[in-house]
Amino acid sequence: MKEAPGTRDYDWWLLVILAAICTIGVLEIYSATHGSALAGMHMKQIRWIAIGTVLMLVLSRLDYHVIMDQAPWLYIAGLAALVAVLAVGHTRFGAKRWIPVLGEFLQVSELVKLIIIIVLARFFAEVRSDELSLQDLIKAGLLVGLPLALILKQPDLGTALVLMPMLIVGAFLAGLQWKHATVIVVIGILMLPVGWHFMKPYQKERVTSFLHPEEDAKGSGYQVLQSKIAVGSGGFWGKGFGNGSQNQLGYIPVRYSDFIMSAWAEEQGFKGVLVALGLYMALLLRLVQNAQRAKDRAGMFLVMGVTAALGFHVLVNVAMVIGAMPVTGIPLPLMSYGGSATLFVFLAIGLVMNVRLRRFVN
Amino acid sequence: MSYWFRNDSRLPQERLAAASYVIVGMLAILLLGFWKLQVVDSDKYGQLAERNRVRSIPIIAPRGRMLDRDGRVLVDNYPSFSVLLLRDDPAEIEKNLPGIAEGLGLSLDDLKEQLNNTRNLPKFQPIVIKPEASPADVAFIESHRADIPLLEMLMVHRRRYLPGGFMAHASGYVGEVSEQQIESSNGRLRPGDIAGKSGLERQYNDLLVGTDGMRRVIVNSVGKEMGRLSQQEAIPGKQIQLTIDYDLQQIAEEGLAGKKGAIVALDPRSGEVLAYVSRPAPDPNDFAIRISKEQWQRLNEDPDRPLLNRGIQAQLAPGSTFKIVMATAMLESNVPPENFTAFCPGAATFYGRQFKCWVYGHGSHGVVNLHNAIVHSCDVFFYNVGQRMGIDRISKYAKLLGLGARTGVDLPSEDTGLVPSEEWVQRVFHRKWYPGETISVSIGQGAVTVTPMQLAYMAGGLASGGDYKQPHLLKDAQTVGEKHVELSEDTVEQVTMGLYGVVNEGGTAGAVRLQGIEFCGKTGTAQTIGADAKARYGKGEKKFKDNAWFVGFAPRRNPEIAVSVLVEEGGHGGVAGAPIARDIIRAYYDKKNKKNQGQITAEDQRYNLKKGDEKQTAEASKAILKPEEAVAILPTSEKKKASAE
Repeated sequence: MKEAPGTRDYDWWLLVILAAICTIGVLEIYSATHGSALAGMHMKQIRWIAIGTVLMLVLSRLDYHVIMDQAPWLYIAGLAALVAVLAVGHTRFGAKRWIPVLGEFLQVSELVKLIIIIVLARFFAEVRSDELSLQDLIKAGLLVGLPLALILKQPDLGTALVLMPMLIVGAFLAGLQWKHATVIVVIGILMLPVGWHFMKPYQKERVTSFLHPEEDAKGSGYQVLQSKIAVGSGGFWGKGFGNGSQNQLGYIPVRYSDFIMSAWAEEQGFKGVLVALGLYMALLLRLVQNAQRAKDRAGMFLVMGVTAALGFHVLVNVAMVIGAMPVTGIPLPLMSYGGSATLFVFLAIGLVMNVRLRRFVN
Repeated sequence: MSYWFRNDSRLPQERLAAASYVIVGMLAILLLGFWKLQVVDSDKYGQLAERNRVRSIPIIAPRGRMLDRDGRVLVDNYPSFSVLLLRDDPAEIEKNLPGIAEGLGLSLDDLKEQLNNTRNLPKFQPIVIKPEASPADVAFIESHRADIPLLEMLMVHRRRYLPGGFMAHASGYVGEVSEQQIESSNGRLRPGDIAGKSGLERQYNDLLVGTDGMRRVIVNSVGKEMGRLSQQEAIPGKQIQLTIDYDLQQIAEEGLAGKKGAIVALDPRSGEVLAYVSRPAPDPNDFAIRISKEQWQRLNEDPDRPLLNRGIQAQLAPGSTFKIVMATAMLESNVPPENFTAFCPGAATFYGRQFKCWVYGHGSHGVVNLHNAIVHSCDVFFYNVGQRMGIDRISKYAKLLGLGARTGVDLPSEDTGLVPSEEWVQRVFHRKWYPGETISVSIGQGAVTVTPMQLAYMAGGLASGGDYKQPHLLKDAQTVGEKHVELSEDTVEQVTMGLYGVVNEGGTAGAVRLQGIEFCGKTGTAQTIGADAKARYGKGEKKFKDNAWFVGFAPRRNPEIAVSVLVEEGGHGGVAGAPIARDIIRAYYDKKNKKNQGQITAEDQRYNLKKGDEKQTAEASKAILKPEEAVAILPTSEKKKASAE
């Protein structure tokens, strides 16, 4: 029925970009941790990248239609996992997000992000009309709302927020009507105070310290200030690899993970930022191109779901590093240290590869 | 597999293209943000990063030590830790101040006040909030390095004085600089700096203080020192050698133990002060660490006035010691003539009032000439002399011999004493001088007052034939003031012979005679209130007991040592004062003889013992010193070597 896709059909450019981002990430993790108690972290990251690459290749061989066929079951499994993690999950850093898998702690919500991409792609692919009806929009909203509520309960505001751009981009491509969009935006603004009411104290603190950084010099306001000092003091040319004082002396908070862009910007300067952001732009545009060339709407939605998730990660993380957005704990894809996050990116790219490999197959 | 996705290849290409633009726009905005931080505001953030990274920690220069004339250590330093508060981050201070106050056992209000007082200082300059850190304080600071990154410990050199207030009024004490001192220092002093507050510490503060150094270090985010950028060495203060002789000083201290008074022993040939005691005295070690308000108040309100430096500030009636001046004046002015005699029946009446001689009630002196009047301290003789001389002539010679003016000793806040005259009462009290007052002054009562320093200076200068050397405690004093008073050889000879008689011819100090030493002197027993009043208030009251004076020297001409002793409320000068002076003079000669004979003496043994102790303490302090601070106290040549390494 189908020919097996050949190796030349892989998106080699995408792989090169991925490899480049992973490389600067590993280098900066090394620079940020080599002199501290965390030394050796870059090797662990390399291991995650290797595992991720294997999983990506495996996932790319499995026809995405087959995967999307199982969307309802995946959705139920995802919800079950979220409930399970709330019930028996492992608490770290004050939140229940982790379950032990093969001796490592994995964040369930990362897997759920992947599932939601698949579920939304299936849902929007089944919408046959050019314009998205209000009924379908509400259905899609509920589909996302349920896991979102469960993730907020952990609490993990960052991951919960990532589900929103997936929904928005999906709906937009499925033919969202402008009048609906306007109504949603208005309702969203009106709901802000209600959202504030349901926020955890530390989340509120992050928002207030973002709005008034000088009032919280040691909390998250301090983190953002130190990050800005790191970025700014890097100047155009940077302080050199392993020479960033903010990085090496530990002034940058979680410099190997959420704030790795800060460490990179300090040591490599604006020119390094140009390279890093250039690579992310290339990655995202390449993903969009893959969506444009997808064989069908299902593939297109799948790829754009991934694009929305990664794009949101990049935007929120980098904006946080330069103090333009509050601290939300969203890592920078493939540069920040982290097992679950890295695996999520590779699996997501695996889906993209899957779509690409099958674009000429009928 | 179901076929829900089949035949559906219509892609929203326009909206996909829009997504691309959004991506490009988003990254462009982010890049703009980086441009703002890294290119536009780069300098500002560079400075902030530098301020994070670099911390300036002062290296306190040790004050110079004080040695006695033989090189024995009198005032020393020991290493100790001060707690510094870093002031870069006001918000952080605001937040942590209560915790710091509690952890270090300080009052929050005091801390706030201190911060308020130092708010005009540059923010990078830390302030000392606790001068002497206890082990518990050190533990508190170390354990809170991460959450209270405002505290730092600073090694300082604390002053150490000999215990029990030994030589306290000569050495003085140190303390934190006052506002006035800061203002007058032209920015050299900062709040929290240590400076001499009294005595030699204050007099030679400029010599004793060194120049603090500064260490610029790299610190990590939890305040741990990660490396050093630069180090400006502290220049230690200069060590000063004093003219004080530890052995004589000790005997003098013992002589006044538990008493109120002062002793000044000096070498009239050079002006060198050999011993200087004022009692009671505070323990200057209490001042070396910050003194509490209560303690300070207690010292100030103590009726015995321990803060009064009696050697140069006790201005009291000299009593009969003033007869040295009277005798000299009489011989020099020839009023009355040299062979003047007076009959002493135990009292005499002048201007309708009876003036008693001290023998009144016990007997009489009979007919006395000048020599006998000095030896037996006959008041009636000197009443007659005074009446004939008149106050202005007395005043002239008293001033000539060095009374009524500062001796110029190198101790701060010396008082002048008072030599009254007609002009003085006119100026101060706007009245005429009563002739009866002259009679009182003739025996050192009434308005005339002297300090123990003046008395020793006066007697020493007179016995040296009018050659006065400015008293001083700094061994290598650059300029020693000199004064020559024109006195006839005959005057000096006769007066000193009289003073020799006081001790050696059964005079008022006949009990303190020393075999083989020309010990001369004059006793004084000065009433603190009039005799009538005393009778009214009761004789037993110590409060109104006479002040005992003794001024002595040896040998008779061109003396090597002159000693004045004041024992307030001590009673008779010959009993309370003379023995102390005798002990000092005897000790002086014992030491001199042993030195000449080359014997190993008890003093030498004690000296060697002390030297041993000193070596031990030096080694002990070396062990506590961090290497970099140790470098700071090396002599310059060795320091160069050390930094070259």
